[in-house]
Amino acid sequence: MKTKSIIRKVLLSTAGLVIVVFAGIEFYQHRHYKETVVIGDWVEVKKLGDYFEGIQGSVNDCNVFIIEGDEPGATSLILGGSHPEEPAGRLAAWLMVENARIQTGKLIVVLSANRSGTTVTRPSGAYPTKYTIPTSWGGQTFRMGDRWSNPLDQWPDPEVYIHCPSGQNLAYVDIRNLNRTWPGRANGTLTEKTCYAYMQLIEKEKVDLVIDMHEAELQYPVINTIVAHENGQELATLVSMMLTDFEGFSIGTEFSPKNLHGLSHREIGDHSDAVSLLFEAPEPFLDATRGITGEKQLLEGKDEFVIKAGEHGLLFAPMDENGWPIDVRVGRHTSTILQTFESWNEYYPEKLIVCFDVPRYAEVIKNGIGFYLKNHEEADNKTIVFE
Amino acid sequence: MDILNTIISAIYYLFIAFISVLIIYNLIKTKDWKKEVIYIVILMPFLLRLFFLK
Repeated sequence: MKTKSIIRKVLLSTAGLVIVVFAGIEFYQHRHYKETVVIGDWVEVKKLGDYFEGIQGSVNDCNVFIIEGDEPGATSLILGGSHPEEPAGRLAAWLMVENARIQTGKLIVVLSANRSGTTVTRPSGAYPTKYTIPTSWGGQTFRMGDRWSNPLDQWPDPEVYIHCPSGQNLAYVDIRNLNRTWPGRANGTLTEKTCYAYMQLIEKEKVDLVIDMHEAELQYPVINTIVAHENGQELATLVSMMLTDFEGFSIGTEFSPKNLHGLSHREIGDHSDAVSLLFEAPEPFLDATRGITGEKQLLEGKDEFVIKAGEHGLLFAPMDENGWPIDVRVGRHTSTILQTFESWNEYYPEKLIVCFDVPRYAEVIKNGIGFYLKNHEEADNKTIVFE
Repeated sequence: MDILNTIISAIYYLFIAFISVLIIYNLIKTKDWKKEVIYIVILMPFLLRLFFLK
């Protein structure tokens, strides 16, 4: 072999190594970035592992925030981050944890239901690894995530994923999808164990109402809606009517299919006493025909290619040049939660949940999400929790 | 299930090692710089897997 050839091979190999190192640094920083949550002294912080030993110490042993009122009442579990590539669900939960006060009942909030999924983005998807919400002190940065658990935490995927306990065959990759692995298994994969831990939490905390917050692409028919288990159909319908009449945005209801397994709205209702609802807001970032998949698109929700798809009748939600900004999507979620509590109180006056200080749809749009986020730099260290 | 996973993983890593050797062999043998670039690019994920680098 000629010397010239050897030198070229060494140089090319070195260049490849340098690229791997730089990419590795970015992956590492994304995976280990610490988000801050500033809580009041009325918020108790537990870990998911407190409810199920099998998840203790794992990447999914996430924070569980508990806000209890002075008067006993209903207990509600709010799940953000079931699909961490749907940031409105996490951010709405963030606003709840940092702002909510409970007068009656108990509120349990999870910001990163599938924390593993917040440490990775879609391979080859060119997603941003982080996004920043503007605030009066500069901005607060969050990890962008993926729909599935990080393959670094759960691997390999099977050829076919057989859901437990139904035995239904699902797509292989959905064995890492938190919203396809309910009610979970104590001796299953990480994602199954995570769902099992939440089922233990629901049982031990005697949860009455579970709300799982999501976003969907506009080309997907289940959008701008509340998906309800049959035990929550009347409640969801009342919420939909009230929001559409009084809050200025339209939201529908869908009934959870009985033969589609692994989803929170189906399995939590089937395997616990809790009423189970799932909220969907629109996220053009997820549409297959989107343009540049950047932070700007993620936060502004504007995309000319998705508009074009709408002109051809391919969308299940309206889309124009105003797009679907993150404030609108988060505001939909916070208002839908608050209206669900209010409607719940009409159905169950003997078991109330009374929540206040959480901004509604119009307030979030008017002031922006950042207005309601707390500045960790000015906060007492004892009030800061890392997510 | 755990035993099966372990066996499949072991076979997988043997494959990875075998293919890595083939790629390195081809990288050394080729005289075309474009092929060298391709071999290096495809070699990287195999080496990361082989050395358990996450």
